[in-house]
Amino acid sequence: MLRFLSLFIATLVFTFHVQANPLGLGRTALPVELAAWNTDVRPDGMGLPEGSGNAADGEVIFAEKCAACHGDFAEGVDRWPALAGGQGSLQDARPLKTLGSYWPYLSTSWDYIYRTMPFDAPASLGADETYAIVAYLLFANDLIDDASFVLNRENLADIVLPNTEFFRDDDRATTEYPVLTDACMDNCKPSVTITKRATGVGVTPDQADN
Amino acid sequence: MSESDKTLSARRAFLQGSLAAVGGVAAGKAIAGGEGTPDPAITEIQPWRSTLGPGVDEVAYGQPSPFEAHVKRRNVPWLTAETKSSINFTPLHQLDGIITPNGLCFERHHSGVAEIDPSLHRLMVHGLVERELVFTLDDLMRFPRENHVYFMECTANSGMEWRGPQLNGVQYTHGMIHNVMYTGIPLRLILAEAGIKPDGKWLLAEGGDAAAMTRSIPMEKALDDCLVAFAQNGEALRPENGYPLRLVLPGWEGNMWLKWLRRLEVGDQPWHHREETSKYTDLMADGTARRFTWVMDAKSVITNPSPQAPITHGPGAMVLTGLAWSGHGTIPRVDVTLDGGKNWHLARIDGPSLNKSLHRFYFDFVWDGGEMLLQSRAHDSTGYVQPTKAALREFRGENSVYHNNGIQTWHVNQSGEVENVEIS
Ligand code: HEC
Repeated sequence: MLRFLSLFIATLVFTFHVQANPLGLGRTALPVELAAWNTDVRPDGMGLPEGSGNAADGEVIFAEKCAACHGDFAEGVDRWPALAGGQGSLQDARPLKTLGSYWPYLSTSWDYIYRTMPFDAPASLGADETYAIVAYLLFANDLIDDASFVLNRENLADIVLPNTEFFRDDDRATTEYPVLTDACMDNCKPSVTITKRATGVGVTPDQADN
Repeated sequence: MSESDKTLSARRAFLQGSLAAVGGVAAGKAIAGGEGTPDPAITEIQPWRSTLGPGVDEVAYGQPSPFEAHVKRRNVPWLTAETKSSINFTPLHQLDGIITPNGLCFERHHSGVAEIDPSLHRLMVHGLVERELVFTLDDLMRFPRENHVYFMECTANSGMEWRGPQLNGVQYTHGMIHNVMYTGIPLRLILAEAGIKPDGKWLLAEGGDAAAMTRSIPMEKALDDCLVAFAQNGEALRPENGYPLRLVLPGWEGNMWLKWLRRLEVGDQPWHHREETSKYTDLMADGTARRFTWVMDAKSVITNPSPQAPITHGPGAMVLTGLAWSGHGTIPRVDVTLDGGKNWHLARIDGPSLNKSLHRFYFDFVWDGGEMLLQSRAHDSTGYVQPTKAALREFRGENSVYHNNGIQTWHVNQSGEVENVEIS
């Protein structure tokens, strides 16, 4: 019976506009509950709340709430991530990926900062503060040069980041899979030499307790 | 017969065969009788023979033998600034079979482990749906359930090795993977309760931890084989692995398997959130980046011998073993080489061959005591063959961080010590 039921449900899911929920489980989410949890933001600006802030104010907030880990100029402290710089470094041996050098959409930083940062006090920022911080990050990344520039719900989605067009969808299925089929079994190469070793790199944790 | 009995009897059968083959040399030691110092492990009465042990209930939730205390997750402290946003690694060299014990599944948290009171946990489904719903855990327990064994591999597993060998131990090079049996509710059944609207093509999943992590999932996958799991290996998920609910996306990168799952939003386009832009995009040598590289390609590694598990018994009969897996299906074949890829041998896959699960392979042979360059090479059910690291670098350069499924090489010296190397 259970098995029949699940087959039945599996079929139903492909039929859109079903009249009632098939199992009658769960309850309707209330508008205030949706508002409490649905705080994510998309590149087209969907999800952005009312509010605004400029880079000058953002710099002050950033110094207070973020700079201890990310540096006054968002350049990063020790192993805490840098949030600015790295433009032109993506083909280097050590690329630096930031909002200015790598991130495709500005909405991503608004979304992430508002929902996740500061690391030690998540879910504590207000909308105005977040607009101001993101404006400051544009400033710190040399993407705007006017510290009085006001970022808000209306103009955020219009700002295009420099690296947007350099992202492309997964192409392994056409570029790699057809070629990666080598399965030679016998006499596959005449000689073998060691070219690189982990010993001497010196980054493996102490193994005394293995 | 239990799994270890089977291995033992296979080993006995093998030993009998190889003893006949190598004649007196190895056999002399094994069968000569009547001489030498008696073994006190036999001749002396051990404490556990002469005294009674603890009774039932002494340890209400059983733990491994104290002699196994060295079998544990380990991290690489220099990798991250702080353990709350960090990673540790499964001790692959200390495990056998295909199932990872719950307490040894590697951890990756962005803001520490959420310690969730299940009575206060909710799953919200909203967005482009007919009915925006909230479920309690009790509600979810009334859906039909399924059980599946799946591997879960962090996209950055072996990521430190793109530029060359770095970490000397299979735990560190390959330990961001685990394989458990999940019990869960097919995601499509939960979505069906809400009723997806025709333009609902993407799903945003969000965790309830301090990072409130999110990922965009294409609806095709969500309606295919995904689970909302509440149990691993028969018991509730561990807090480290998402208690009380986690998303299971068979064959896809670990970062998408949202832990502490609290929200599913249906939309008409992806969200391009931090974990699918700043992270989990693959930077190519030409400065472009691949995004939405969801599937984990076929991969294998020899777990023993390996740098943390050298050969200590000297020349003679030995077992080489390892793991193989593919996000595209099963592993019908694994090849093993002892000479750095000049000649390859078929390994023996043992135990269940399940879709998108770890496979265990063995190669039983007689070591002559000489240097070896060990590699394994997985073939998956699509015909794809695990590539060399050099072949991968030709496509991707060295900055890709993610999806390093290249062939691993271990150098074994005459003392049986093992080192992580790369070869020509
Ligand atoms: C206590 C240290 C700390 C503080 C304070 C802090 N952060 Fe962070 N931040 C982190 C860590 C750690 C991460 C990486 C988290 C992870 O991925 O697990 C991070 C990640 C980020 C990222 C993403 C970086 C990337 O390349 O993907 C942004 C953006 C960010 N923080 C912004 C902020 C802002 C804005 C503030 C202040 C409101 C702030 N952070 C305060 C530690 C901190």
